[in-house]
This record gives sequence, C-alpha cells and structure tokens, in this order.
Amino acid sequence: MSVLIDRNTRLIVQGITGQQGLFHTRQMIAYGTNVVGGVTPGKGGQWVEGKPVFDMVRTARETTGANATVIYVPAAGAADAILEAIDAGIELIVAITEGLPIADMMRVRRVLDQSNSRLVGPNCPGLLTPGQAKVGIMPGHIAMPGSVGVVSRSGTLTYEAIYALTQRGIGQSSCVGIGGDPINGTSFIDVLGLFEDDPETEKIVLIGEIGGTDEQKAAAFIAQRMTKPVVAFIAGRKAPEGRTMGHAGAIVESGVGTAAEKIARFQEVGVRVAETPDQIADLIAR
Amino acid sequence: MNLHEYQSKFRFEEFGIPVPHGKVAETPEQARLIAAEIGGPVVVKAQVLTGGRGKAGGVKLARSPEEAEQHARAILGMAIRGKIVRKVLVDPAARIKQEIYLGITNDRAARKPVLICSAEGGMDIEEVNRTKPGAIIREHIDPLLGLRGYQINALALGIELPYALWRPFGKIATGLYKCYVDSDATLCEINPLIITENDELMAVDGKMSIDDNALFRHPDLAALRDTSAEPPEEIQAREAGLSYVKLDGQIGCMVNGAGLAMATMDMTSLYGEADGIGPANFLDIGGGADAETVAAALRIILADPNVKVILLNIFGGITRADEVARGVIAAFTEHPTDIPKVIRLVGTNEDQGRALLQAAALPNMSTAMTLADAARMAVAAVKGA
Repeated sequence: MSVLIDRNTRLIVQGITGQQGLFHTRQMIAYGTNVVGGVTPGKGGQWVEGKPVFDMVRTARETTGANATVIYVPAAGAADAILEAIDAGIELIVAITEGLPIADMMRVRRVLDQSNSRLVGPNCPGLLTPGQAKVGIMPGHIAMPGSVGVVSRSGTLTYEAIYALTQRGIGQSSCVGIGGDPINGTSFIDVLGLFEDDPETEKIVLIGEIGGTDEQKAAAFIAQRMTKPVVAFIAGRKAPEGRTMGHAGAIVESGVGTAAEKIARFQEVGVRVAETPDQIADLIAR
Repeated sequence: MNLHEYQSKFRFEEFGIPVPHGKVAETPEQARLIAAEIGGPVVVKAQVLTGGRGKAGGVKLARSPEEAEQHARAILGMAIRGKIVRKVLVDPAARIKQEIYLGITNDRAARKPVLICSAEGGMDIEEVNRTKPGAIIREHIDPLLGLRGYQINALALGIELPYALWRPFGKIATGLYKCYVDSDATLCEINPLIITENDELMAVDGKMSIDDNALFRHPDLAALRDTSAEPPEEIQAREAGLSYVKLDGQIGCMVNGAGLAMATMDMTSLYGEADGIGPANFLDIGGGADAETVAAALRIILADPNVKVILLNIFGGITRADEVARGVIAAFTEHPTDIPKVIRLVGTNEDQGRALLQAAALPNMSTAMTLADAARMAVAAVKGA
C-alpha cells in the first residue's frame, strides 16, 4: 500500500514532447512507473519512448484508461492543461510547472473544488512511492522503501529529508511534494489524512516553510485526528521580513506565517521539530 | 512588481475611477510649471516604491507655484527608507470631508480575491485593523462570478456611505475589480478614497502590485518597471532568472530551490550567529539551472564586498550536479579568486560533478557531504579568513 500512486497507476504525460517532459518521461519509465501515453496538442499520432501521443487528454483517457496525469506544460498554458485534465475526469493530476499566475490558480481551484479530481501542485516535485512508481521530478535513487511518509511544500528540501532518512537506513512509504505556491491543489491536511489511513505508513515527516497558514492548520489537524507520530522541519527561521506594499496584505494576513509561529504551534501539539535537516532522521529514529 | 502612485492612478482612470488630474515632475522647475497650469493649491508627492512617505515629509501642500517648486526641490533627491526620490507627482489639492479605504488583494487562505473597505481610511488603516477590526468590511469575490452588485451594497452599508454616493461608489468598486483582473494585479488599493466637500468621490492615492508570474501577458505593464531605485545586483539577478535577496552576512550562498536556500541560510546562522557570522544573501538558482546560470549567480555573489566565503549547496533533481560543476569551474576560470569555497553537490549525476571539481583543483576549495557539515565549514572559513 501507499498513498496516491503505486505500480498500477496508469499515467499520461501532458507536454510529453517538450524537453522537460521527455527527459522526465524516460526517468519515470526507468523507475518502473506505468506510463501509458502522452498529450501534446498537434502531435497526436506520434510515439515517444514507445508510448502513444494524443492531441487531447480526453482521447488519451478513452484510449489508454489513464487515471493519472503529470503536467510539464510551460506556465502560460499550465492552467489550461489542468482544466483540460479535470474536464476529462482524470482522478489524479500532478502539476510540476512553476510560475503559474495566481489569478489562473484561483480559477482552477474554483473548478477543482466542484470536481472529483485531486490536484497535487503546481510548482511541486511530484510523488514518489519508493520501489514502485514516481510521478514528477524527484531523483528516485535517494529513496528506499519503508514506513515513513514524507510530505513537503519544498522541492529540494524534500530530497534533503529523504536523503537523510535513507542514509540512516530509514525507508519511506510515500513522498509527496505539495508545492510552494500560495494557492495549490493538495494541502498538508489532505496528505496527513491519507498517511493516517495508510496501513504501511507508521511515522510522518512534514516539511514546511514560512508564509501562509497551512502549517498552522496542519498542527490543529494533528491534534484532532492523528495517532501516528509526526516530525516537522520549517525552513526560513532567518529569512528577512518580506517587503510588502500597501496595507491590504497586512490587513488580510496580519502577523501570520513566521517560522517561529509555525514551530510554536507544532510544539504545542506534541510534534517534534528538527533544527536541521539531518536531525529529521534522528528524531524519526528515536 | 510594484507600480508608482502616478502609474497606478493613471491606470485607475482608464477603468473609470475619478482621480485628480496631476502631472509628474522630475525637476523643481517642472513642478512650478505644472502647479501654475493647475492653478490654486497643489500637493507635491514623492514617487517612491515604499510606504511611509507622508511621515517622512515626502508629501507637502503648496499654495503657489513658487511654493510647489520649493517643496519639489526639498523632496527630489530625498531618501525615504533608503530609496531616493527621483520624481514627484503634482496633484490639485482636494478639500476632504471623509477618507475611505478601498483595496483588493488575494486572500491565499480563502483562495479568492477579497475586497476590503473601511470608513476610516488614511495613513492609520492598519492601526484601525488592530484596534477596531469591526470597522473593516471584507467581501470575498468568486473568481468565476466576479464582483456582484449585492456585495457592493454590503460594503456601502458597512461603511455607512450616504445613499446618494452608492452609484458612484459602485462604479469605483467595479472599476477597481476590473483593473485588478485585467492587470493580473495582486494588489489594487485606493487609500484614501475621499468624499470631497462637494460630495464627490475621488481616489487621491493609489497603489498597485502586479503578479510577476503574469507579466509575460502584460508587456505594457512590464514596461512600467522602475529599476532606478533597485540595487544593481537584484536587477542582474532578475535578468539571469535568479531569485536574489541581499543580506548583511559574510557567507555568499548559492543554492537550488527556495526551501533549501532558506534552510541553508538558517544553518549558517545557527552555527555562526554567536560569532556574528551569517548569510550574505538568499540566492536560488531555480530548477534545471545550467552552467551559464551558475556562472551568473557566482558573478553576483563575488560582486558583494562583504562576502568572505562562498557556500554552494546543490541537491540535483532537475538540476544536474555535473552541469553545476561545469558552471562553477567556468565562472572561477573567468574570475579567478582565492576566496574560500565550500561545495556540496548531491543528487542527479553527483559522482560526475564531484570528479569534474576534483580535476579542476580550484584554489581554496573544500567539499562537504551534508548540509550541516557544509554550513559548519563555511562558518569556520569566515573565522579563519
């Protein structure tokens, strides 16, 4: 068992003929991911790495029975790619693309909330279920199968945590990068709930950052719902204060989002907070 | 990207929002001519991309063209929170009966735009928010439906606006939301929106911020960027596609990924803080950086005279360690320096990357396997430098 993806996931790649899409399609197939096809408008009928390319997600799904998609489409077209995947009824949508305009994501989120699809990202490294499948761009060789669930808002910092665990001989059940954008599809709470219900996950690592209130909501959720132990790490303790213009931002988010506040909330609910990425593995091993 | 007051107000006017008909001056003489053309009292306002202008003496009332010239002479060249004033806006002075606050921004928690309004606008609006939160009215806007008429009514009622002003207020709120959407803004703010002695509404001050990720579809707005008050290294970084913030420590950091870059700063502070040692910058070379990006990043770090040690922390995912190593070698071959270099390369193609660095034998280079070791080594190198 694992969360979100496993070796049976039937994945299509949106943007499969682009440079990033092609590179990572090869990497995902090499890792064992069941890639069943790809989508690039105007290139339907071609084949990439032995997989059929379609013009639209709709036809890709009808033909291949895909239940997941990964998006490498450039930022200008990424919102459209996500909306197309929702429209085609794809259950799991993983958007790797960074730099999506926030207005696009507000509209996407509004449509997503009324659909049956789950979006992970955008601006995220994707998903990795060690030994089974990876969707996205995480380097597979740093992970090993085991029972620690990893959920993170950061990209490379996720690798850092996985690496530290693997170095200590501690394997992972699933690694989920939810992305660092202000508006995204899947939150910490969503993934914590999945890990809590996953029999293969025994402990959880949560990696957060300054800004926003997702970590504070996660702390409240942990207090109410979680029975499994959680170790957290928050990046940005020493970050300089943001230079915000105008008053509206201060009125909407007055005083929320500092590392100190997030760490305090976690500690209040019994989550152990690591000071350094290496310490994450120490605390999990204890 | 932030717009100046005059840019914001000119844009508001395109969306049907009444604003004073002022003009921009770059010299005291121009200010005098504009004031003479307007006739009557004017306000001379510093155009600078920071808050606190009024409190710093950057906004002055003038009763004659001569007085406008004097004020402009004092304000032009003035530094407000470290930013030099290079332009002033000369606006006709308005007779103010009441100051209202009206702003739109993104509420990330609600995942929607929010329209904020208060009858107690002006410089102390954040204080009002702290002491009298009930005096701030908020309406979240559904991005698919847009701003609805009943929501505007709710705001007008909430601030106890006289009924006679509801229609012009509705036009302003609708125009501001349209401006926010059409500009891909993250902030559109009118503070204050005044009721004049003639019972008319007018936006006498304005601020806009544009979503940097959306500038690709707004070349007209991108062209409004004022780089005159930006540090040159931040301009260089933006042009090279890097995210860079200058800090005041001694360790020049170059990292891939914002989270890891923040963690790297945290770690150098953790080990160095007791000795006054810390990061000289935040620098994220982004995902998939190539040798050229790495070289550009190193040039920016080396240009900072405070930097005593360079700490390079790369965890390859999309970014390949061998590509980074090539960039590092190219940059140091182009600009040879004895400055101590602590390098940590892990992830995709790490073995090739390390082999390349080993072969290049750069002076004063050491390598680390973990982030903690790298941070400790960098701090020790600053102490030894």
